[in-house]
Amino acid sequence: MSVEPESLRAGFPLLAATPQLHYLDSAATAQIHRLALDAVVRHETTRRANVSRGTYRLAEAADLAYEQARQTAARFLNATSADEVIFTSGATASINLVAHAFGGTLKAGDRVVISVAEHHSNFVPWQMLRERTGIELVLIPVTASGQLDLGLLPELIDGKCRLVAVTQCSNVTGAWTDVAALVAAARKVGAKVLLDGAQGAQHGPQDVRALDIDFYAFSGHKCFGPGGVGVLWGRGELLAAMPPFLTGGGMISEVTAQATTWAAPPQRFEAGTPPIAQAVGLAAALEWMMSLDWPQIHAREARLCERLIDGLQRIPGLRLLGPEASTRRAPIVSFEIAGLHPHDICQVLDAHQLALRGGHHCAQPLLAALGAEVCTRASIALYSDEADIEALLDGLGFVLRELA
Amino acid sequence: MNDGSGLYQDAIKQFAQAANGHGRLEAADGEARLDNPLCGDRVRMQVAVASGRITAVAHETKGCLLCRAAASAIGARAVGEDAAAIESVATALEGMLKNGAPVPAGWPELSMFEPARAYPSRHRCVLLPFRALLAALRPEVGAGGTAISSN
Repeated sequence: MSVEPESLRAGFPLLAATPQLHYLDSAATAQIHRLALDAVVRHETTRRANVSRGTYRLAEAADLAYEQARQTAARFLNATSADEVIFTSGATASINLVAHAFGGTLKAGDRVVISVAEHHSNFVPWQMLRERTGIELVLIPVTASGQLDLGLLPELIDGKCRLVAVTQCSNVTGAWTDVAALVAAARKVGAKVLLDGAQGAQHGPQDVRALDIDFYAFSGHKCFGPGGVGVLWGRGELLAAMPPFLTGGGMISEVTAQATTWAAPPQRFEAGTPPIAQAVGLAAALEWMMSLDWPQIHAREARLCERLIDGLQRIPGLRLLGPEASTRRAPIVSFEIAGLHPHDICQVLDAHQLALRGGHHCAQPLLAALGAEVCTRASIALYSDEADIEALLDGLGFVLRELA
Repeated sequence: MNDGSGLYQDAIKQFAQAANGHGRLEAADGEARLDNPLCGDRVRMQVAVASGRITAVAHETKGCLLCRAAASAIGARAVGEDAAAIESVATALEGMLKNGAPVPAGWPELSMFEPARAYPSRHRCVLLPFRALLAALRPEVGAGGTAISSN
């Protein structure tokens, strides 16, 4: 399959319909692929019924489609079993699930290690767990370029540490985390590892076994699929030992007037009616992703990223946040321009058909560590092309002329 | 100048740059700090009040041009008004932005925000300083922020 941007764009209805749009906000929401959209419509118009409930043929068809989606997600992650895949509403819900269910097995004084670079979604749930149970929450600092500073790992990931929960890739700087170093440090003390793959999963299929982690969370809307669906993958033996998070229908083994026993995972963690059609749509997006030539896509994304950084560095008063261009990074580039607020920058860029995000990107601790409060972010995806980058650089010239 | 969005008229840039009322009061009767969680804008508003009317206003505003221009408009015109009048202006301004209502009476410069009608995500930028001012005047109202002190 061709991975040239023009042929890829043709598969995205919104991009195909608006060729003048330069969409550079895929780190927030990637565009939905036609295959995912079609899968949702097909499911809702031919197999719509609740799952795990009915014995009629329509319900059987819905069950089958939903469980096939689970198997597809398992293949995308190279999981041992589809039973390790839990559908949630998104990465945020996935992390909250772990913070409540796995977190519920922790006690006061146990240590959870996160990093300064986390999205609030992987920050606040652990602060709340600290409030509930008295765990100790410890932060891995970042370097001046926003990468996790691993020099202190032996002190931070100590015998009290039960969980290391970190981002796979920063949603602000694009810096990839050295997962192997963290896993090695965690294994040494018997701690588990959660990887927040909200940004990472968009850049290709994952291998949770090779990563040797324990939990992986990602969202459908960042992986060219529908919104309102996400995945939590967890090691089977860990999920089996965890109490439920949300409770209700579908997650029980038996309810009596006196007590309730839980279903086995993954149903134990899918209380209520799950996002069925969304999961089917996500599976179509993941199947499509698994068919792509990712080394070629990564090479092109890296070229676009380098060109963007090179152009940005020539703008007076502009400060880049994050690693050097030569560092292996996801194609996410954030910057601030002296005297200009990101909202104003993005507003003017919008008038030039450029869609970028400005603000704190739900990563206030990271921005504070980088000496910023807000910034402007351009995030490149597999459908981005040279015209997007040149339009942004031209647009910033316009911003400077009009607002400075 | 036309920036392409139609939003950044010279009046907005001039008000933002003038930063009327920027700073702190030595003795404030009311003070509030409000944040816009979407973008990190922050307004700290202080007021001195005598016989129910504002005798001095000062603000420290970190934010976009719209937020800074709105705070500057307050700095230029709020002295002499009472809480009811400010509330009336804030309500009228919100109506102007959301429903195309007339420019708030007595505050003609707020017409500079009329182009922001087309950008609902920016309404909060314009309204934040007014909400901060109301919270400083009437901390019991809250306005969703942090009322630091009042008496």
